[in-house]
Amino acid sequence: MSDPILRLEGVYTNIAQYHILQGVDLEVPRGAVTMLLGRNGVGKTTTLRTIIGHWRAHQGRVLLDGQDITRMPTPAIARAGVGFVPEDMGIFANLTVEENMVLAAASGPIDGARLDWVFQAFPPLKTFWKSEAGNLSGGQKQMLSIARAMVEERRLYLIDEPTKGLAPAIVSTMARALRELKAQGASILLVEQNFSVARALGDTACVMDDGRIVWSGEMRELATDASLQERLMGLSMEAH
Amino acid sequence: MSMAPEHAPTMARLSLAQRLAPWMPVLLVPLLVVAGLLAIPNTSSWLTLTVSGLAMGMMIFLMASGLTLVFGLMDVINFGHGAFVSVGAFVGVSVLLMLGGMTGAPSLALNLAAMGLAVIGAMLATGAMGWAFEKVIVKPVYGHHLKQILVTMGGLIVVEQLIIVLWGPEEIYISRPEALKGAITFAGAALEKYRLVAVGLGLVVFAAMRWTLRRTKIGLIVRAGVENGEMVQALGYRLRLVFVGVFIAGSALAGLGGVMWGLYQEVVSAHMGNQAMILIFIVVIIGGLGSVEGCFIGALLVGLMQNYVAFLEPKVALISNIGLMVAILMWRPMGMIPVVKAK
Repeated sequence: MSDPILRLEGVYTNIAQYHILQGVDLEVPRGAVTMLLGRNGVGKTTTLRTIIGHWRAHQGRVLLDGQDITRMPTPAIARAGVGFVPEDMGIFANLTVEENMVLAAASGPIDGARLDWVFQAFPPLKTFWKSEAGNLSGGQKQMLSIARAMVEERRLYLIDEPTKGLAPAIVSTMARALRELKAQGASILLVEQNFSVARALGDTACVMDDGRIVWSGEMRELATDASLQERLMGLSMEAH
Repeated sequence: MSMAPEHAPTMARLSLAQRLAPWMPVLLVPLLVVAGLLAIPNTSSWLTLTVSGLAMGMMIFLMASGLTLVFGLMDVINFGHGAFVSVGAFVGVSVLLMLGGMTGAPSLALNLAAMGLAVIGAMLATGAMGWAFEKVIVKPVYGHHLKQILVTMGGLIVVEQLIIVLWGPEEIYISRPEALKGAITFAGAALEKYRLVAVGLGLVVFAAMRWTLRRTKIGLIVRAGVENGEMVQALGYRLRLVFVGVFIAGSALAGLGGVMWGLYQEVVSAHMGNQAMILIFIVVIIGGLGSVEGCFIGALLVGLMQNYVAFLEPKVALISNIGLMVAILMWRPMGMIPVVKAK
């Protein structure tokens, strides 16, 4: 395997008195989709928020392409090429779809060809281009949230549960868009509870429990081994 | 993979009520003006009071606009904002006193030039003071509301005492520039020239702020930051720098408001900013935290209400704006144009 785009080495993150991450070791291969899996509350979101710098690692290192970004401020991490799609989508409801996208293109004006590609992935965004983002439906908001990350080429995408609570039609739109992104060679660390999506998109997978990575390997291996799923996550993914 | 059909969005046609709803706060201003016309039998008195109310509202807007952005963007409760109003007024008045030859000349151009210099001086002084205030007083207490209230009130008291040290404990009386004294008569109503200038200046500042917030990238960052600062940072913007810039701009605007307010009252005192804070807070709250448009409408409502009620029932004037705030918050608990959803 080539040099990983992202490496976490023994990362500990505390939030107030709670020790959420307890020594996370994780690698995201370049140009691949890595699924971060696990039950609710095991530290998946905290891992993403620690990488982007919203929460600080108290111990350990976060390396982006070999560069230590552990202590870097969030804007510097973003400028280094990390796109972040939070679990709550983080859209600016009082801004229009256009304004949300303009803001997301931090390095300059939006590239026309890139925008066309985003519109192809998410047609509703073109329809509601001048509408306030707060007036979009839940699925459209999620599309906007991912489109903001896609509007510029990033070295790494951190995406937190993009299909959470969405109707099947929208889930398939999301999955298609993420496949498009993957086809362009993007490196993605994706938290996903929908195993169908995880199985379809993931190249590698890491399973978390109690603030640690308890298993990592090929997604294929996890997807085909029901006993492994049962042991790691206490559920059979064959049921999905 | 799901075989669900393509998601096909449609644009729903909004009803008239839905289309009018966002404009309701804006409509309140003409509604209040019409209510004033119905309540005040003499049309010329009504016109005089309306212009006076609009002028007062514009000056309150100048003083309050910075505070609403600081509230909304930085989640900082700055009780020291009044200090910038007072310092702005004193610096402006000092400049005007130094330029006595220009202000005493019966030339509108010279008078406006003198006022322009006074305003520039006041804005530079209060902008610099805002930078120091943010660095020394506000920065250590980000995220702690109670500490913010205590420490910024302390800052206000210190600044007031510094004003007394520098300019003395007495109030300073100042007369308006020569060409801005007196009134013009229109439709039988006496319209003070200075108030017309205040209305014009308020409109220009509002238009400039709105343009900056709506049409520039920095404005976009500020508006987004008011909603979700964390996400703005995740998009690569150094919000801390924007915070400081907004604080400085807000302080400078308060300084501008202080000059205009001082000339309006024709007297300045160390405590004038503190006294104005009641009206400023009312305007910021009823406008909706972080909303410049809401602040503008709120300021006009407060100015008009104060003038109409003072004419009709002077004893009620003091509480009329509190009543206005209560009524608006019962109608829209987050203010007329809420921007900050939850912090």
